[in-house]
Amino acid sequence: MLRPAYHLEVRGLRKSYAQEDVVAGIDLALAPGECFGLLGPNGAGKTTTLRLCLGLTRPDAGEIQLLGVNVIEDARRARARVGVVPQLDNLDPDFSVEENLLVYGRYFGMRDREIRARIPELLEFSGLKMRALSRINTLSGGMKRRLTLARALINDPDLIFLDEPTTGLDPQARHLIWGRLKQLLAEGKTIFLTTHFMEEAERLCNRIAILDHGSIVACGAPRELIGLHIEPQVVEVYGDGAARWGDEQGRVLSERCELSGDTVFCYAHDATRLVAALETRPDLRYLHRHANLEDVFLKLTGRELRD
Amino acid sequence: MALTPNMFSVPQLSLRCIHVWRRNFLVWRKLKIPSILGNLADPLLYMLGFGYGLGALLPQMNGVSYIAFIAAGIVCSSTMTTASFEAMYSGFSRMHVQRTWDAILNAPLTLDDVVGAEIIWAASKATLSGVTVLLVAAALGLVQSLLALWVIPLALLTGVTFASLGLIMTAVSPSYDFFMYYFTLAITPMMLFSGVFFPLEQLPPALQSVANLLPLAHAVAIARPLMNDAIPAGLFGHIAALIGFCIAGSFLALALTRRRLLK
Repeated sequence: MLRPAYHLEVRGLRKSYAQEDVVAGIDLALAPGECFGLLGPNGAGKTTTLRLCLGLTRPDAGEIQLLGVNVIEDARRARARVGVVPQLDNLDPDFSVEENLLVYGRYFGMRDREIRARIPELLEFSGLKMRALSRINTLSGGMKRRLTLARALINDPDLIFLDEPTTGLDPQARHLIWGRLKQLLAEGKTIFLTTHFMEEAERLCNRIAILDHGSIVACGAPRELIGLHIEPQVVEVYGDGAARWGDEQGRVLSERCELSGDTVFCYAHDATRLVAALETRPDLRYLHRHANLEDVFLKLTGRELRD
Repeated sequence: MALTPNMFSVPQLSLRCIHVWRRNFLVWRKLKIPSILGNLADPLLYMLGFGYGLGALLPQMNGVSYIAFIAAGIVCSSTMTTASFEAMYSGFSRMHVQRTWDAILNAPLTLDDVVGAEIIWAASKATLSGVTVLLVAAALGLVQSLLALWVIPLALLTGVTFASLGLIMTAVSPSYDFFMYYFTLAITPMMLFSGVFFPLEQLPPALQSVANLLPLAHAVAIARPLMNDAIPAGLFGHIAALIGFCIAGSFLALALTRRRLLK
């Protein structure tokens, strides 16, 4: 079978609910072995985009090719070589860890023999070897997420979709999941993930797209986007007098200066004068760092709350 | 949100729905004793309680004792309640609370597969329930002929009917509490006006014709003669009515579930 050039190809995708464009014409193409991140504030359309790509809902316009299969015509067949880790856990509470994997494998038409052969390596991969017979309600949140990831791999998929995979997990669990995802990428799998965590996107993704109000406002490698959209140095200033300092000095000494709550963000190519000025103000605390993806994100999508 | 023609499109079923049925079966198997006892308790209490209690006060009904008379009704009503409970409470748990259907839809199955499997599963449980009550009735000497074996496919047909009607409720319900409307406004009146506890002829003529709209009445009209060694009058009419309810109920259940989950 010819390997498709792109594992996921989306053209002109549109979906609206109640007269409002939730997905307003987007194009995406995922190369095999790539890790692609879709970022966006709440309500940007990330989960809807994911559901459209999986054929769980029909678009109003556009084409979607998933592993070479036209999703709009035959979503069921398209999902055969795909693994999905959803945002909210949906494990079977009535079954043990092992039984969950067994039952799920059957949905892919796998024989029991095949599934049982895969279970030990999946349990090893997710660190649940000692918990094969445990009931789901005895597992912690991190373990459940690892099991969901293992379950998504039961059919040895070429492309894995993850919707906010580490939301709600503690740092240890998060790092473990990241390690496992990197392992999957090293094995040549393709990953499409949506996330709020800029750190996650920077660590894992070869390319990201920022979605806002249903449109892609930026797309490219994290480093590229940072270089393109943001001044390289950032100084954050906290403390009681921060806002006034920002007004008086911050604005003058930096190329761009923003106030968010009690914090002043100063962006510049060269932060020496900023730092020097702040050194003379022991009452103000500051943080001098490189620009990161969150700065790009906030610049392109704004600092206002999205309900 | 309105129902669109799209939601009534031809179901794309596949053999994979068997795996969904099997999944439900495996869960049931872990708890089969309490489940069977639960399904049997009510019907048997009604049958024995009313049958012997009221039966002692009542004359023969067309040549059979009262308990033999209501046995057929109870076989059908137990099928109805088991199918309804499974489609509503268990179906809602799987669809909304556990999000089991979402997990299944991430695999190569369509919603049509899931809904089809849920209907057949609830009907399977209902058939087991009806057949078990039939066996109890037979053990008590209340069944007069081998024609009663036809009650088994009847139980399956009745089960599919009430499973699909139950899934309609599941598709539109915001919570478990909402199901009380169905029990109060549909199930209980149906129990009373379908000839389960007393012959339909006892009702005023206007209400008797209402029975034609009640699936349970059609089921009882088939089951009672069969269990008493007679061919039911108007058999094909009753079967056609049940099949009609099955088809309409299943299509509507699927359309409403599509509206809820696939928007």
